[in-house]
Amino acid sequence: MTIFGIPIFPDQASTFAKDVDTLYFFILTVCSFFALTVAILVVYFGLRYRRKREGQTGARIEGSLPLELMWSVIPTVIAMVMFGWGASVFYHLRRPPDDAMHIYAVGKQWMWKFQHLEGQREINELHIPAGRPIKVTVSSEDVLHSLYFPSFRTKIDAIPGRYTELWFEASKPGTYHIFCAEYCGTNHAGMIGSVTVLEPQAYQAWLQGGGEGGTMAERGARLFEQHACNSCHLDSGQGRGPSLKNIVGTTVELTDGNTAVVDDAYLRESILTSQAKIVKGFQPLMPTFQGLISEENLLALIEHVKSMSPQASTASGQPAGATPSPNAPKPPARPGEKKQ
Amino acid sequence: MLDKLRIPERHYLHEGHSLRSWLLTKDHKRIAIMYLMSISVMFFIGGLFAVGIRFELATPQGDFVTADTYNKFFTMHGIIMVFFFLIPSIPAVLGNFLIPPMIGARDLAFPRINLLSLYIYWIGGIFTIYAMITGGVDTGWTFYTPYSAAGSNSHVIPVALGIFIAGFSSILTGLNFIVTIHRMRAPGMTWFRLPLFVWAHYATSLVQVLGTPVIAITIVMLFVERAFGFGIFDPARGGDPVLFQHLFWFYSHPAVYIMILPALGVTSELVSTFSKKTIFGYSFVAFSSLAIAIFGFIVWAHHMFVAGISTYSAMVFSFLSFSVAIPSAVKVFNWTATLYKGAVSFETPMLYAYGFIGLFAIGGLTGLFLATLGLDIHVHDTYFVVAHFHYIMVGGAIMGYLGGLHFWWPKITGRMYNNFFSKVSAIMVFVGFNITFFPQFVVGYLGMPRRYHSYPDEMQVLNVMSSAGATVLGLGYVLPVIYFLLSLRRGRVAGPNPWGASGLEWQTQSPPLTENFVEIPIVTGEPYEYDHVPAKESHLV
Amino acid sequence: MSNVVAHAGQHADSPSRAHHRALQHHFDTMPQQKEAAVIGMWVFLLTEILFFGGLFVAYMIYRIWYFDAFAEASRSLSLFWGGLNTAVLIGSSLTMAMAVRGAQTNKRKATVNWLILTMILGCVFLGVKVIEYSDKFEHHHVPGPNFVWASEHAAPVAEGGAEHTPAPEAAAGHRKLSLTPSQLQRTTQIYFSLYFTMTGLHALHMIIGIGLMSVITWMAWKGRFDEEYYTPVELSGLYWHFVDIVWIFLFPLLYLVERHT
Repeated sequence: MTIFGIPIFPDQASTFAKDVDTLYFFILTVCSFFALTVAILVVYFGLRYRRKREGQTGARIEGSLPLELMWSVIPTVIAMVMFGWGASVFYHLRRPPDDAMHIYAVGKQWMWKFQHLEGQREINELHIPAGRPIKVTVSSEDVLHSLYFPSFRTKIDAIPGRYTELWFEASKPGTYHIFCAEYCGTNHAGMIGSVTVLEPQAYQAWLQGGGEGGTMAERGARLFEQHACNSCHLDSGQGRGPSLKNIVGTTVELTDGNTAVVDDAYLRESILTSQAKIVKGFQPLMPTFQGLISEENLLALIEHVKSMSPQASTASGQPAGATPSPNAPKPPARPGEKKQ
Repeated sequence: MLDKLRIPERHYLHEGHSLRSWLLTKDHKRIAIMYLMSISVMFFIGGLFAVGIRFELATPQGDFVTADTYNKFFTMHGIIMVFFFLIPSIPAVLGNFLIPPMIGARDLAFPRINLLSLYIYWIGGIFTIYAMITGGVDTGWTFYTPYSAAGSNSHVIPVALGIFIAGFSSILTGLNFIVTIHRMRAPGMTWFRLPLFVWAHYATSLVQVLGTPVIAITIVMLFVERAFGFGIFDPARGGDPVLFQHLFWFYSHPAVYIMILPALGVTSELVSTFSKKTIFGYSFVAFSSLAIAIFGFIVWAHHMFVAGISTYSAMVFSFLSFSVAIPSAVKVFNWTATLYKGAVSFETPMLYAYGFIGLFAIGGLTGLFLATLGLDIHVHDTYFVVAHFHYIMVGGAIMGYLGGLHFWWPKITGRMYNNFFSKVSAIMVFVGFNITFFPQFVVGYLGMPRRYHSYPDEMQVLNVMSSAGATVLGLGYVLPVIYFLLSLRRGRVAGPNPWGASGLEWQTQSPPLTENFVEIPIVTGEPYEYDHVPAKESHLV
Repeated sequence: MSNVVAHAGQHADSPSRAHHRALQHHFDTMPQQKEAAVIGMWVFLLTEILFFGGLFVAYMIYRIWYFDAFAEASRSLSLFWGGLNTAVLIGSSLTMAMAVRGAQTNKRKATVNWLILTMILGCVFLGVKVIEYSDKFEHHHVPGPNFVWASEHAAPVAEGGAEHTPAPEAAAGHRKLSLTPSQLQRTTQIYFSLYFTMTGLHALHMIIGIGLMSVITWMAWKGRFDEEYYTPVELSGLYWHFVDIVWIFLFPLLYLVERHT
């Protein structure tokens, strides 16, 4: 929205932008009411009860318990309404729908690297379809960053060593800002970009342009070979490592007696610190790849392993049962998930 | 009785004129004056950085200074303003000067510790300024890891040490006030006869004493991380960078209450004096200071809603953050009710009090936007937050400080300042402030992030408005320096009680004796009684 | 205050005897001065609790996350030296209390002797810490680039099919581990970062305490204290006891993790 060509309000380009803005206008109205009331009263009393002669003093009024209660209780009630409404909007903003399309974002000084599952990789630019919920899993390679889409009204910090996530559904085709919203050093202000929301067909067309290297899963397959994973993880299960066919989403028993669900977090941990959880019946022989594989390649490998379990391709990172290892990225906190 | 007023022969400024008599003084009033001079210097240094920031931000490109230099500007601006100006300001200047006379004591409980606290402040300030001169620091005043521990090439350690040292100055001041208020009150000065200024400082001191040690240990941990390569916050070794944020904000949130509570106390004094009417709801106002201090300790993670904390934690902290707003609202309503049927006059201190009420109300109310989770996701780390805290820190705390200075100046110096220019400057500050910071709410909601050296073109108009306002604001701050200094030589002699105010400090000569009172008074009346106080003078006790 | 009545003359309730030479001008009576000083000291100790508290919070969080690393690292500490230091400090608190008692009862020589004994015990503590720290330096247990950790659960060397299994169950405990050797290697550094920061900060407080004691000892030797005025001794005593109590917490937290096996 602009006044004389000056923008004073951001575009509403996501499905929940309107919810956020409605909440904003509610609070703005309530606060303006109180601010104006106080301002008017204070000015009015100051003039109406102006001192008229030397030595005049004010009336002797000590206080009033009913008034104190009233102006404590009413603001408390209003505050509770604001809290409740805000918490409900927040809950919605932090719970991606199950069918959300998945995109990965890695922040590094001073750029944003995005990866589509289909293989496209973008730097500081993101092309997405309108009308589909999109979940972005975010991490950082170095210091804290924060991925911010003002027109979608959402942001999340990028933390090294962890995965965080945000989601949105873009509603209006167009090009909007991407900002880094956590100070990260010299070129923090330059760590910006644009998100282009395309009509679904236009997005498909853009995808056909293809990313070099094929889909993420295809890239992961090549990495699987490169790093000799296939020399131990034979499909037959007779190799030195367990077969990875159809393993995603299952529960495996570990050598220490605990069990683990095979999800994103487990896969990541197994690659980076392979001796964390060893499947029962196998020896701790797998080398660790900490420091040897970049974040993006890690994600590609995980996609490849997931592609070997076609029925469980929507499993994402929710460790259950096994002792959580905080070295693994914490799966994005989602309330109420004791299921699965 | 109304013979020509004269500066008394014997007063605290005449008790020795040598440098030694000042540097080795035990007199809380002299220590207050030295603090006044020190923090004024710091304010102007911090203000220079602000000028640099607003100058750069008048154009969308980063064309005035390099990105690194700009990052150092906003970092140093924040560090100096928070740790070396706002946190000491009212307590170290006005609190130090006024608490003993207000309670009927000859000095604070520990005069030598008071002097030590000043020395420590100087040493901390010197470390920090040294670090500035030799290259500065660029981590933001919040020092988040991993950037501050491993990423930044700037002088993190000397500045961190400077802040660490200055923290002890704050702790000692708070400790001194607590013991003084507990043990040095004159006979008859019960807790509920204390001026609200004293209540506010008591609450502030509790926060200083309990909160500051936590930033100190946080700095120690940052220091060992950076200097020795320990890995407490290093993700590669299992450390958690977010732990730093928890530890940092556990102090830094209560710290903002250290900065505002004293100004709330000043405002109570001003509103009462210039309505010639007792504060409406005295005990509610007194307890609200304590409530703010206590609740202030349980809301810190509202600075971390998007930092990866769990949804449930976020909800708890959002809920608690609303609780802090209520006692602040109670104060504003009580001041408004005080004006009702008062006898209101608009001398300069009252202009500042009015400005305070308006700007603090806006600043506090915009805090509600930030406590609201669904909204905070969008506005966190944008200029909306910058506007919010400047409304409270500058529109609130600094106006409270200036209002207090203008109110008690005649008591401190024995002289009045120029009436016309003081009112002009109050209005300039108010107008300039709003022009500077109101547009920042708008540009923040638009999405402009904080700490940005350059920004998209379409945000320029709002930024230019803000920079223009800053010019007016800056001029408004320069004027008082001039007329205050001039008043020392040419100001009208004020006498003991030029405002007709209540309070023990106004029952003594201006400037006061070194020992404050010829004889310690015995208090029998309630606070804020005006009926028996003649307009311009009162009897010396 | 409009209804103030000035009292002709003096302090609220001054007895007819002369003021004690140590009474400061802004106090009315010695008891008032002493009370103020003691309250001030307690407030200061409260700040110290908050100061150490930040480290304890960090310790608590990381211990929950990396218990195995903490347990293993803790077992590498010397129970003998740690236990000895604990006894030494508790003993020094006793000698300190005796010193305060001596000052309270105006026994100059006794006070001085007990204070000296307290300082000696404090120095013994610091000496033991030097021994422990040098041991850590030798074994490269100082966190940072030179840190080396040989875990109790050493990872097998996987060379060309060599298959010896360390069988985690057979390690120091019968408990299942939740961290791997490589994780232990890394997160043990967190334990030692906290170990050095916490004990280092504590040792710094001990050094300050010993310095304080030497000043108090000198004052006592010069006869500055009597039954009415021994506040500095009492305040130093409070400080010393506090430093002792911090160690009472540090010792089990750092030395006694999973020692029952």
